[in-house]
Amino acid sequence: MMPTHLFRHPVVFLMILAALVATALQSRGAGHRDILVQAITNNDVAAQATLIVTLANQPDPVVEQTLTAWRQGAVYILEPEDKPKIPFLLEAATDATGQARGVAVATGEVLKDADGKPLLFTAAELTAADTSAKLRRAIKTTLDVLALSNANPNVRRDAATKLGQEQNPDYLPHFRDRLTNEQFPEVRKALAEAIALTELVDEKPAVRLAAVRALDAQRSIAALDFLVRMAAEARTNQTAYSPEMSAAILQARGRIERHVATSNFIETAFHGLSLSAVLLIAALGLAITFGLMGIINMAHGEMIMLGAYTAYLTQNLFIHWFGQGTPGFNWYFPVALPLSFLSAGCIGVILERGIIRHLYKRPLESLLATWGVSLVLQQGMRTLFGAANVQVYSPSWLTGNLNAWDVVFAYNRMFVIGFAVSIVVFTWLLLTKTSLGLQVRALMQNRQMAACMGVRTDRVNMATFAFGSGLAGMAGACLSQIGNIGPGLGQSHIVDCFMVVVLGGVGNLQGTVSAALGIGVTDQILQPHLGAVLGKITVLAAIILFLQWRPAGLFATRGRGLES
Amino acid sequence: MKRAISKTELGFLAVAGLLFFLVLPALNALPESHPLHLTTFTLSLCGKYLCYAVLALSVDLLWGYTGLLSLGQCLFFSLGGYALGMYLMLKIGTRGQYHADIPDFMVFLEFIKRYPDTGGLPPHWLPFKSFWFAAAAVVWVPAVVAAIFGFLAFRSRIKGVYFSILTQALTYAACLMFFRNDFTFGGNNGLTDFKEILGFDLNAAGTRRGLFIATAVLLLATYGLCRWLTTCRFGKIQRAIRDSENRVLFSGYATANFKIFVFVVAAIIASLGGALFVPQVGIINPSEMATDKSLEAVVWVAVGGRGTLVGPILGAIGVNWLKSYATHAFPEYWLFILGALFIVMTLFFPKGIVGIPEQFRVWRARRAGPAPAAAALAPAGATEEKP
Repeated sequence: MMPTHLFRHPVVFLMILAALVATALQSRGAGHRDILVQAITNNDVAAQATLIVTLANQPDPVVEQTLTAWRQGAVYILEPEDKPKIPFLLEAATDATGQARGVAVATGEVLKDADGKPLLFTAAELTAADTSAKLRRAIKTTLDVLALSNANPNVRRDAATKLGQEQNPDYLPHFRDRLTNEQFPEVRKALAEAIALTELVDEKPAVRLAAVRALDAQRSIAALDFLVRMAAEARTNQTAYSPEMSAAILQARGRIERHVATSNFIETAFHGLSLSAVLLIAALGLAITFGLMGIINMAHGEMIMLGAYTAYLTQNLFIHWFGQGTPGFNWYFPVALPLSFLSAGCIGVILERGIIRHLYKRPLESLLATWGVSLVLQQGMRTLFGAANVQVYSPSWLTGNLNAWDVVFAYNRMFVIGFAVSIVVFTWLLLTKTSLGLQVRALMQNRQMAACMGVRTDRVNMATFAFGSGLAGMAGACLSQIGNIGPGLGQSHIVDCFMVVVLGGVGNLQGTVSAALGIGVTDQILQPHLGAVLGKITVLAAIILFLQWRPAGLFATRGRGLES
Repeated sequence: MKRAISKTELGFLAVAGLLFFLVLPALNALPESHPLHLTTFTLSLCGKYLCYAVLALSVDLLWGYTGLLSLGQCLFFSLGGYALGMYLMLKIGTRGQYHADIPDFMVFLEFIKRYPDTGGLPPHWLPFKSFWFAAAAVVWVPAVVAAIFGFLAFRSRIKGVYFSILTQALTYAACLMFFRNDFTFGGNNGLTDFKEILGFDLNAAGTRRGLFIATAVLLLATYGLCRWLTTCRFGKIQRAIRDSENRVLFSGYATANFKIFVFVVAAIIASLGGALFVPQVGIINPSEMATDKSLEAVVWVAVGGRGTLVGPILGAIGVNWLKSYATHAFPEYWLFILGALFIVMTLFFPKGIVGIPEQFRVWRARRAGPAPAAAALAPAGATEEKP
């Protein structure tokens, strides 16, 4: 009864509301601002340090900002007569004379003089709040711990990893505290690792032993350096390490080293596979036009580029319709894939009808003419979209990555691998299970005979060329998700594509697939040892030498013709 | 080609010789105030065209006469350029930006740490202090590279487009290699800022004239050599290989050896052109051996007319003059023009500028005669020719 009455009375109600708001303010912002002011203006260093440490669980960015500034000597003090000191920060924006407005730490408001005009200061003329080594240490600890509770899980994870490396027991309570609240498994893992790492230097041998075992169980790569050092120490200084401890260290070191080897292997394999997939996607269209039809299409790279630009345009349309980052926007990529296929395919048809048709008997000259086409297309794109790379944003389901075995599996790379597999299967089905495929293969084996048997060679040529170009277009859309899109995109792929097709042996898919796998994986194996460029050169040289051994490529099509 | 020298060819040679040996250098020698004075810059530009003409002849020797479309001639061109460039680089002495004994980029890249024994100069640079060693390297380096690559390629009977693609890959690999700073050839920037050659100041008009005349001599000598090669018995086999390699092979000729020989000769010719290119242009860097440069050289030949000796020279000079003009007047459209040249020449004028009169005659004869005109009008079918 009583409370209801109270609330009905407007004045009482307002008073209670005001009190509530004040408490809320106290807990949300005002409190730590006061602590900051006290910490800065206090004269006793020990008290200052204690105050700073109490700020470690305040998530307000003001704390981080002020402490960072303080450590760098950018917190200034205004000392009005007969009044408490006012600590303040300067705004980053300065006027023409180099003066800036001051922002009070206590209120977050701009400092004003008696008339209400903002006060202007020059940094050089002000006295900065003092810091001592002890204070800076306290500030750093607080900032680091603050990073542990940052809103961004990646920052939290990185902070935990970094702090763990310091093996500073002061952080332990913060780690434990954080671990109880943490939701993200990655951050939890990093925190557990940091706790174990810090406990490696604990006073109690039992805790140290437990820490080594914990790191062993976590297969912690970060701990490897420490364990290697401890193992070396244990050998020389046997009194400090019990036999049990030494055994645990050695075991942990061995297991973690094996884990590193495995994860390196998986990483190389994954990168190799994803590079192979890129090569395969880019080269598959060429394998069709060059391998099956015998056309040297130097403009193949530009078909890839066209596809990529189609994806870019589709993206822009979707941004226009739905806005970026919306669920609708995420659908642009599934729409862009077929569009890229169509656009590149259409250009392919025009190219085939207009130019290549006349050059079937002069393959070397088709090389020159298509090179001309590629120059025109490149310059055309440059004129239309500018010479700079354009930005293609991935849909949200293609960004991010999966972390397993300490290897980062990027979603877009995984998608590319899956896409490569599916278009190979699709092409294989098309070539082996459809009548068009049958005709294509007939044409490839013997053009004249196929024509005599009633295959309309003209049409089959056109369809095959369009299909090959379309595949290149899809490849471009796919590449737009993992790399830069610019007018030179095609050029950077064309030599690789030809290498894949030539190495694989002309005219069959399994050759192309194996060659792409071989080149991609070899490249990734060589890269850590030789660097990207030298690795690529080695691969090129290896291909030239390999063709000595099998001039017709990995899987040569056998025929009885003299000129194949 | 099989006949003794024709009047047209003799006339062409006379005009070209007069122009290159006398008129252009003489115009350059006129005092600057004279209205007919040719600036040294323009003369060097002409010298650059002549170097490109030498390169075009080497492409033609391979493509037009032997049927080998090499997309790697620019590699040999650059190798020659680099060989002489190394000599020129060492001749700068202490006149560079850092006033050091070694070339600037070596100071910049701290080569002294890698090669402390030689004062920072990589050991393979040492012999290039001698002009004659550098001049010899202009010949033997590309020859060795061409011989090895040719041996590997022709022994396993790689031909046609595969040969083209492999030469392109070779050039691409070399280009990547030269782009590396570790490769000790100046990386991205290449070799530049030359001062003197054989004691003559490279910026002096007289030296430039001398270099121009030397280039003209080289072009004429190359022309003579190619003419002799293609008209003697060797040239017949060469063209036989182009038209039907298997028949030549079955007649008992080791076609691979012929091809290696032609490939090596063409490499040396290209390299000599490159060697004279460098002092006149003043820079050599890896972009000179990028894949598109080789293709450009092929289009000069295609425009001029392959399978002839005059054609490539005309093509190289004409297209490069057009390039100088177009990249200056409307830079946006140069690649459109070049691309269109590629397409139009291959589709409609497979015999190039030199072949146009004959093409026209054939076309008129067919039109006048009772023969079905359709075949003659079809752009590609009109002049059936093996690649």
